[in-house]
Amino acid sequence: MKSLLERDVERDVMRSIGVSTGEMLPDLVEHLREHRTELREEWARRITEAKVLTAMSDAEIFAEATSVYDNYVAALETGTFEALQTYSRNLSERIIPRGVETHEVVGIVLLLRDVLARSLFAKYQADFQLLNRILDAYEPAANRIANTVAVGFVQERERIIRQQQEAIRELSTPVLQVRERLLILPIIGVIDPQRARQLTEQLLHGIRANRARVVVIDITGVAAMDSHVANHLVQTVEASRLLGATVIVTGLSPEIAQTLVKIGVDLGKMNTVGDLQGGIEEAERLLGYKVVPTPEIPSQISGRHEDS
Amino acid sequence: MPVPILKQSQYLIATIQSALTDEDLLALQTALVEKVGKYRSRGVIVDVTALDVLDSFASRTLRDIAHIIRLRGAETVIVGVQPEVAFAMVQLGITLESVSTALDLEEGLAYLDKKLQHARAED
Repeated sequence: MKSLLERDVERDVMRSIGVSTGEMLPDLVEHLREHRTELREEWARRITEAKVLTAMSDAEIFAEATSVYDNYVAALETGTFEALQTYSRNLSERIIPRGVETHEVVGIVLLLRDVLARSLFAKYQADFQLLNRILDAYEPAANRIANTVAVGFVQERERIIRQQQEAIRELSTPVLQVRERLLILPIIGVIDPQRARQLTEQLLHGIRANRARVVVIDITGVAAMDSHVANHLVQTVEASRLLGATVIVTGLSPEIAQTLVKIGVDLGKMNTVGDLQGGIEEAERLLGYKVVPTPEIPSQISGRHEDS
Repeated sequence: MPVPILKQSQYLIATIQSALTDEDLLALQTALVEKVGKYRSRGVIVDVTALDVLDSFASRTLRDIAHIIRLRGAETVIVGVQPEVAFAMVQLGITLESVSTALDLEEGLAYLDKKLQHARAED
């Protein structure tokens, strides 16, 4: 049973779609409602057969298929897609973490489209004219539904990717103060031009904010470096110098050192020290710190010789 | 707009207040070179904090000033280069290699003090 309001909405939509196709839509929806159970089962069977959605169990597929089917029919009936959009976004949120791929989602929506179209062929095969009119009503709506679901899925995926990129970016570039006027910037992982640029910006602002005089950039965690990144590193060193800070680069791996020499990066401007410890010691020397072991060392930390 | 040049004990401090035309820059150069001799200054600080652009001409002039002042027997420090300006400059290949730089006026003064102490210690 439908409420009066729903009928009103339906009539409005029919009018907007146009009389010729509009008058066929109720028939279509009627048909889909009537054969709900078998069409749903047929669809779920086809999904299993096509071996998509392998990340989900048969029962789950059937449950999702049911709600997708109902949403699908509702979208056909009302001609509005907001509910379907919301649903497909929710669905995407649920299934993306389970490793469902875009082609699978598009595939199953197209399968449903196919299943329904076939049932229409079967029902109206006697009357070709009527079949044509039914298809006129069905096709545009079905296309739009497929489109909505696929776009919803892809958008959700992109949103997640963007979010993760943002998170990685924020996590990956800490500028840390270890002493008054001394910053360290440990770089770990792959440096792409965008990240290199961001590193430089953060470092320059860090220098300004902390009034740093010496910066130790540790690149122990960088596996490879091409000429772009190397140039960027040199630029970072030069830009820091323009702000009055001295940069010490530490942790150059043998491979990177060879690369830098091979591609002819001018290392004359770069102050390099073997490892981070050496870098910090050199920085302390530049800043006038002197690390002295205290005579009375508590027994549990004897062996370590850091200052205060 | 001409750049005011202040004398502070044995240093000269030129604070650039707003974007400069090429003529202003050259005027600054002339004025600084003259005053270094007149006041027997040992150091010059050029403060560029207010500038959000340093083009190639300005950079070259700053470098020239530093070189000329050195020939006149004093040291030059450029202070207050903004992070964005520094980044833009190195991307354009302007690195002011032979010129001393410091974070701000205070740092620049500290740098000159240290430098002159060293020079005196060596005498």
